[in-house]
Amino acid sequence: MSSPTQGRRTFLQWVMSRGLVTWILSTSIGGLFVAVLYPVTKYLVPPASTESAASTVTLPFPPGDVAPNTAKLFKFGNRPGIIVRTASGELRAFSATCTHLGCIIQLRQDLGQFWCACHNGHFDLNGINIAGPPPRPLDKFVVNVRGDQIVVSKGA
Amino acid sequence: MPGERTWVTEAWTWLDDRLGLAGIGTLAKKKDVPVHRHTLWYYLGGMTLFLFMVQLGTGALLLIYYRPSAGEAYESIQFLMAEVQFGWLIRSIHAWSANLMIFALFLHLFSVLLLRAYSRPRELTWVSGFALFGLALTFGFTGYLLPWNELSYFATRVGTQIIAVIPVVGESLLRVLRGGEDVTGATLTRFYAIHVAILPAAALAMLGVHLYLVQRHGMSVPESVAAAGGPKRRMPFFPNFFLRDLVGWLTALAILAALAAYFPAELGVKADPFAPAPAGIRPEWYFMFMFQTLKYLPAHIVGIEGEAVGILGFGLGGLVLLLVPFLDRGAERGKSGRVFMWLGLAIIVFVIVLTYLGYTANPRK
Repeated sequence: MSSPTQGRRTFLQWVMSRGLVTWILSTSIGGLFVAVLYPVTKYLVPPASTESAASTVTLPFPPGDVAPNTAKLFKFGNRPGIIVRTASGELRAFSATCTHLGCIIQLRQDLGQFWCACHNGHFDLNGINIAGPPPRPLDKFVVNVRGDQIVVSKGA
Repeated sequence: MPGERTWVTEAWTWLDDRLGLAGIGTLAKKKDVPVHRHTLWYYLGGMTLFLFMVQLGTGALLLIYYRPSAGEAYESIQFLMAEVQFGWLIRSIHAWSANLMIFALFLHLFSVLLLRAYSRPRELTWVSGFALFGLALTFGFTGYLLPWNELSYFATRVGTQIIAVIPVVGESLLRVLRGGEDVTGATLTRFYAIHVAILPAAALAMLGVHLYLVQRHGMSVPESVAAAGGPKRRMPFFPNFFLRDLVGWLTALAILAALAAYFPAELGVKADPFAPAPAGIRPEWYFMFMFQTLKYLPAHIVGIEGEAVGILGFGLGGLVLLLVPFLDRGAERGKSGRVFMWLGLAIIVFVIVLTYLGYTANPRK
């Protein structure tokens, strides 16, 4: 008959031989690691922004404020837009965010082009990228003049 | 200690019993520095370290007045520069010391590269140093935004947008980095946390590793010196080399004070997320070569967007530089290989030429 001490030792040996302790320890450490890492990672992801779903904005200035061959920036939701009046009098609006690395463009009156100062990107007044590093045309908006108001909306 | 038992020797003995000061003394005596025609380069690491300590000190002082929010950051620095006594001095020293630190770091990195001091057994010393280099650039990039002015705002828009180039996860990473879709006050608090807490902790830890490795392996003797029979003599690190270090540090402090006094840090115009990027927009000088390269790349290169090619290229370049000790197999066997020296020189020339163009080329053409 085995003594109680012997029985305990056998049990302990069984536990050790199965690597149970190692298993519990390593999974606990792994679990702890995940338990810390998961909330921290989630914490670092910013909450979804309340991006304005509006697809139409009314500009805070009348059409008369945009003279031929000039442009004005406006807020389209939380993004900048640019409205330009061409030499022929037509109003056109685009996203003012350069398609290269996201700077805000401006009108170069000397060239009659949109220009991004950051990396010297050029767009014509149709928003087409014509020189420099920008890879795509500017996003185009639809412009409607209703009386004394300019209404800019996203294209279909 | 021989001689009379004064209160000084008693205090020494008391502290030694508890702190083991004698052990530290022995350790300090063990370290020496080979003297030869390239000894000058050994000072650059210490110089970088000194300027980093200046950054810790001035940075801690700036925290006392700085307010990390889009509405207040610019105004708090305006207040610091105009109202706070010596506020302009502390901020100017912080700005200048940052630039000098990165300059010293560049010199340190390239001298180690060209003298092949990264060879076995110092591969990990190089890797830890390269990590410190990356941390220093991140310090610069995040610190640049904190004044919330026009220049830093657009530099951050461009700089963060670059991460979106990474396939699949790029857009998500960009959101995490900016704290949203755009560069906003949320970006500012993120950069603030990174700049004042995360980076200093990481840099100090990595610095510990780097200094331990330097202590463990001693100073590397360049191949040309070793081939000529080794250094003629060695000088003890403490106090001989350390005192020379101090002379350099005091000189650096004097230069910093002069630069801060004659060319105080500017603040510029407050950032406006709805104003066009101003002409002449540019990043800090140490990012200039990358910025200028991106200007020259066409919209598309063999069907891929030009900036993606450029950024991928810089990423690969950085990776090669990081892995130089493992790629330069000749160095391990003590063979004189010229490939990596030419590579290092090519990088230096590229960086200098593009930086020069960045400051001289007409930004409106």
